[in-house]
Amino acid sequence: MAEIMYWEALRRAHDEEMTRDPLVICMGEDIGVAGGTYKATNGLFDKYGPERVIDTPISEGGYTGLGIGASFLGVRPIIEIMSVNFAWLAMDQIFNTAAKVRYMSGGQLEAPVVIRSPGGTAHQLGAQHSARMEKVFMGVAGLRSVTPSNPRQAYGLLKSAIRCNDPVFINEHELMYNMKGEVPDEEYFMPLEGSEIARQGTDITLFGYNISVHWCTQAAEILASKHGINCEVIDLYSLAPLDRDGIKASVSKTHRAIIVEEAEPAVGVGSEVMAIINEECFFELDAAPVRVSAQNVPIPYNHTLEKMAIPNAQDVVNSVLKMFGLTG
Amino acid sequence: MKAADKKRVLREMLFARRFEERCYEAYVERKIGGFLHLYPGEEACAFGVLEAARPGHDYVITSYRDHVHAIKCGVPPKAVMAELFAKETGVCKGLGGSMHIFGTEQRFMGGYALVGGPFPLAAGIAKGIKMKGGDEISICFLGDAANNQGVFHESLNMAKLWDLPVLYVCENNLYGIGTRIDRSTAVIDQYKRVSGYDIPSAQVDGQDIDKVYEAAQIAVDHVRSGKGPYFLELMTYRYRGHSMSDSNAYRTKEEERMWGTRDPIIILRDRLIEAGEITLDDYSAMDTEILEEIENEVIKFAEESPEPSAELLHKYVLAENDPWVHGGAK
Ligand SMILES: Cc1ncc(C[n+]2csc(CCOP(=O)(O)OP(=O)(O)O)c2C)c(N)n1
Repeated sequence: MAEIMYWEALRRAHDEEMTRDPLVICMGEDIGVAGGTYKATNGLFDKYGPERVIDTPISEGGYTGLGIGASFLGVRPIIEIMSVNFAWLAMDQIFNTAAKVRYMSGGQLEAPVVIRSPGGTAHQLGAQHSARMEKVFMGVAGLRSVTPSNPRQAYGLLKSAIRCNDPVFINEHELMYNMKGEVPDEEYFMPLEGSEIARQGTDITLFGYNISVHWCTQAAEILASKHGINCEVIDLYSLAPLDRDGIKASVSKTHRAIIVEEAEPAVGVGSEVMAIINEECFFELDAAPVRVSAQNVPIPYNHTLEKMAIPNAQDVVNSVLKMFGLTG
Repeated sequence: MKAADKKRVLREMLFARRFEERCYEAYVERKIGGFLHLYPGEEACAFGVLEAARPGHDYVITSYRDHVHAIKCGVPPKAVMAELFAKETGVCKGLGGSMHIFGTEQRFMGGYALVGGPFPLAAGIAKGIKMKGGDEISICFLGDAANNQGVFHESLNMAKLWDLPVLYVCENNLYGIGTRIDRSTAVIDQYKRVSGYDIPSAQVDGQDIDKVYEAAQIAVDHVRSGKGPYFLELMTYRYRGHSMSDSNAYRTKEEERMWGTRDPIIILRDRLIEAGEITLDDYSAMDTEILEEIENEVIKFAEESPEPSAELLHKYVLAENDPWVHGGAK
């Protein structure tokens, strides 16, 4: 098994699927000749040519809709939107068409598109480049939403997403493209629904997704070594639908839950997971579930304030200690 | 433009160039963070147009490549630099950063990070001007690639439909990040694209400030006299990569060299030397003075300014002390 970077895993998935199926195309700003802002399509232009690796104009609504239209005829577009902040401009096409077309056509049409886009707070990119929008893409019926936290998931989820007949939104993270991890050498696919246990534990469940999984596992190591608290970490790589059974199984085992998200708390991943916990395992709880979320502010440019605006591993540690009536 | 004005503008343009180059260094020194989009090569666009308009009086809006437009509108350079350094004395108190410079006092209505975002805002500002009855105009500077956004067309339609006082200035530097214009845009001449909306337009050499100024005068007069929108396309080139994270590998050395011979500052300088208005020594002395000013006033101010306080994190999210929110409204 080779250790490769997150962007390399994405690139490999693109490449394999494009070789297999001539109707798989990829499109987006600067993804072709320039090789992609985060290199996920690096070299594919030379290999597959401009008909299949398409540099689009800067018109997110236009090219996303175009990709959706092509998918009506069986083309399998992988649409890269350079930053999730620009995906707002394509929202009408994604929500009003891709997510609804099979349903409203009574099953006559479907939109098997993949839309990949990085989000999150990176290094001082300012309010208009720091959106965390997972919560938006998990809230609309008809759209699948996944968010890989490591290269293995990035590869396996993209492979499945390309073959799946639903529209799939893949939330990536600007800070994770250079993250290394093991990816099996043989081809494999990850189920688009489900969750993974990132760390086994008995005392409390920390729920994370994408980058917050890493905050959770860092916190779990600190809590284990310094405080003797054994955290289970669940990686909710599928946000729509959420893995109800997986959430229930873990909370039934540990009886406590903290949900860690990079975005503001309202109408978020955390509130949704808490609702599921309430619905599925209320009577098994030893403490009320808690969210660790961002401050309710647009992200500031200043680095110190930026760090204050979003959570980190220490915030997770603190809230676990608080739940156990301990202090750092 | 009168000779005295030209000399002043030469100094302003050189100041802008040195300011941007110093930003580059400060970024390398990690004093500036985030995305940084610089303007060298394109100076004649902002200066030519705004020289023909009334900066500080007319409203100006633009994209993330915004420092120089702000400064020409009268936003103090040291407050712009302090913003880039994320300091509390910055124009946006360190909350905005390079892509979000604002100076409402100088009617600089902002730099925005999303391509095409300012098109409708500029029309809206023009609507506001019209309703309030002033003689100001709204000026929107954006790149060529932005014209492929739907809002470009939506905005032009409304601007013409309601004859709004808005001047759209397309700074056509031939690239949208790494994609050359002919690979992203069906009609390369941007000024032709607005004819479908019956909006008058012109295309001129954006490296020659005299030509820009002349064309801008016609454009500004048209808009200010109540005849509705105008679209001006300026052919220009950025010397650096799109932003600091751009390796700039997609352009040929020949192309860069060719545009290097068309430097807007050198063109103006040589013209003034030829006319006997300045000497090369005057120019060098001016350059030294500018470099010192930037170091001793602008950079020093930014360096020595305090970091924003933690309270600022929550301060401008929603209106403060609004009686409609907190009670007491009549
Ligand atoms: C809506 C949106 N899409 C994509 C981007 C990423 N992006 C930033 S600048 C840019 C190129 C814009 O080129 P142009 O409009 O010609 O302006 P220039 O940078 O050349 O001045 C792109 C694609 C963005 N900021 N906003």
